[in-house]
Amino acid sequence: MSDSFSFVLDILPDLAKGLWATLQISLSSYALGMALAIILLPIRAFAPPPLSLFARGYVELFRGTPLLVQLLLIYFGLPSLGLRLDAYTACVVAIGLNSAAYQCEILRSALKGIPEVQFLSAESLGFSTLQIYRYVVLPQALRIAIPALVNELVTLIKESSLASVIGVVELTRRGEYLVAYTFRALEVYAAVALVYLAVCTVASQAARVLEAKLRIPGYEREVSGLI
Amino acid sequence: MSTVLEVEGLRAGYRGVEVLRGVDLEVGKGEKVVVMGPSGSGKSTLLKCIVMLVKPTAGRIVLDGEEITNHGVDLKRVRAKTGFVFQQYNLFPHMTVLRNLTLPLEVVKKVPRKEAERRAMEMLRRFGLEDYAKRYPLQLSGGQQQRVAIARALLMDPVLLLLDEPTSALDPELRREVLEMLFEVAKEGRSMLIVTHELDFAEAAADRIVLMEGGRIIEEGTPDEVFNSPKSELARRFLVELGRGSPGASGRAGPASPSAPPATA
Ligand SMILES: Nc1ncnc2c1ncn2[C@@H]1O[C@H](COP(=O)(O)OP(=O)(O)OP(=O)(O)O)[C@@H](O)[C@H]1O
Ligand SMILES: [Mg+2]
Repeated sequence: MSDSFSFVLDILPDLAKGLWATLQISLSSYALGMALAIILLPIRAFAPPPLSLFARGYVELFRGTPLLVQLLLIYFGLPSLGLRLDAYTACVVAIGLNSAAYQCEILRSALKGIPEVQFLSAESLGFSTLQIYRYVVLPQALRIAIPALVNELVTLIKESSLASVIGVVELTRRGEYLVAYTFRALEVYAAVALVYLAVCTVASQAARVLEAKLRIPGYEREVSGLI
Repeated sequence: MSTVLEVEGLRAGYRGVEVLRGVDLEVGKGEKVVVMGPSGSGKSTLLKCIVMLVKPTAGRIVLDGEEITNHGVDLKRVRAKTGFVFQQYNLFPHMTVLRNLTLPLEVVKKVPRKEAERRAMEMLRRFGLEDYAKRYPLQLSGGQQQRVAIARALLMDPVLLLLDEPTSALDPELRREVLEMLFEVAKEGRSMLIVTHELDFAEAAADRIVLMEGGRIIEEGTPDEVFNSPKSELARRFLVELGRGSPGASGRAGPASPSAPPATA
């Protein structure tokens, strides 16, 4: 037992390196997903049919197929179309494109949670459409969406382990290497799992703090009053 | 009397279903007009048309001397000249009461922050709302929220104040404070067009009552004329439903009910 413990301590520096790569992948793809979602959302919600159908199709496509298949398509499939991405870029792109679909839907349902009167009030005061979004709609929608958006980040941290399949050396792949030359699968993978758990817990807790900080004062009462 | 609002032959609807079928209406400067009518008769749609939140399919609207139904009119500028208060959810919940008041001044009227805050506080004080300045809308009662919403509308110094059932989402005990505020606003000579079923308020504050039914105006006159001697059968029936007027009797309805107007503070 104490042997296992000291073994895990020994491999920690290696795992830390893997964790660093995992965080880089998940944060970059999360940012990419957010940027795409912000472009996708208005198209999905407001553009005329051909465009909005495209956005809808995008969302359905990426939510309706496994992320692993998307990753394999992008890494192994695109080169035959002349687009060759290195493993790291391919997985950031794949996870980012995938996450965009989910983040778009998160933002869309947050928008739907804002009463129509909010739009009408701002409009009747003389706000332009841009001003309505900037001052009234987006600040509220983002607050509503924070729990789901953080949840999405936690999901990405876990899903980024798929990058190991195409040889990106992140946390999971580091674990595989360690197992390959120590043969101690139980200790290594348990340690890997604990590292994921720790990071995801920290992210969720940080989200809770952020949520409390940004919560619309009085909103709790309104919500609990409805239940 | 000069007019602030002229509506002629107004038609409007949603996705091909016509809701307003030829409405003619005038509001004079300083006049208080109350619109009543059964649910679905088009009252809200009429108010929304007046600020072009719903686009009319026919007819014209002249607001403050400008034909706003013309093409190319800057609607943002037109809307900034009116005040609109809805049934509920008027205020932006993520900003303080004070910010709710200053934001439109800054964004729409380009008033500098300091000056906007001065004016907003002055307005809040005028209606005894200054204690709420730092609070958030959802921390206030429904009645307090509506009063702040009315104050925000007034702060834009509108040529016409439009109110769509400002008290109907409130518990009875909260309505009174909002009605008292509206009485005060009415006394100041502001032109107002109000959809409400508050009979006491209509009787005491309105210069004119307009009854709508099926997208048309079916009766119009002073509160006394409309409440005590409605001309049409439809009007009579609606008033009975509201608890006013007696069924069957044509011409003068029974003696006016002894409902006293609420005290004005
Ligand atoms: N956004 C909308 N889309 C489609 N139909 C609508 C919309 N708003 C209102 N309507 C319809 O138009 C008709 C008139 O609605 P309006 O809200 O103007 O009536 P109202 O007199 O204000 O009724 P209430 O007293 O219930 O508020 C109703 O039949 C309603 O269902
Ligand atoms: Mg209505």
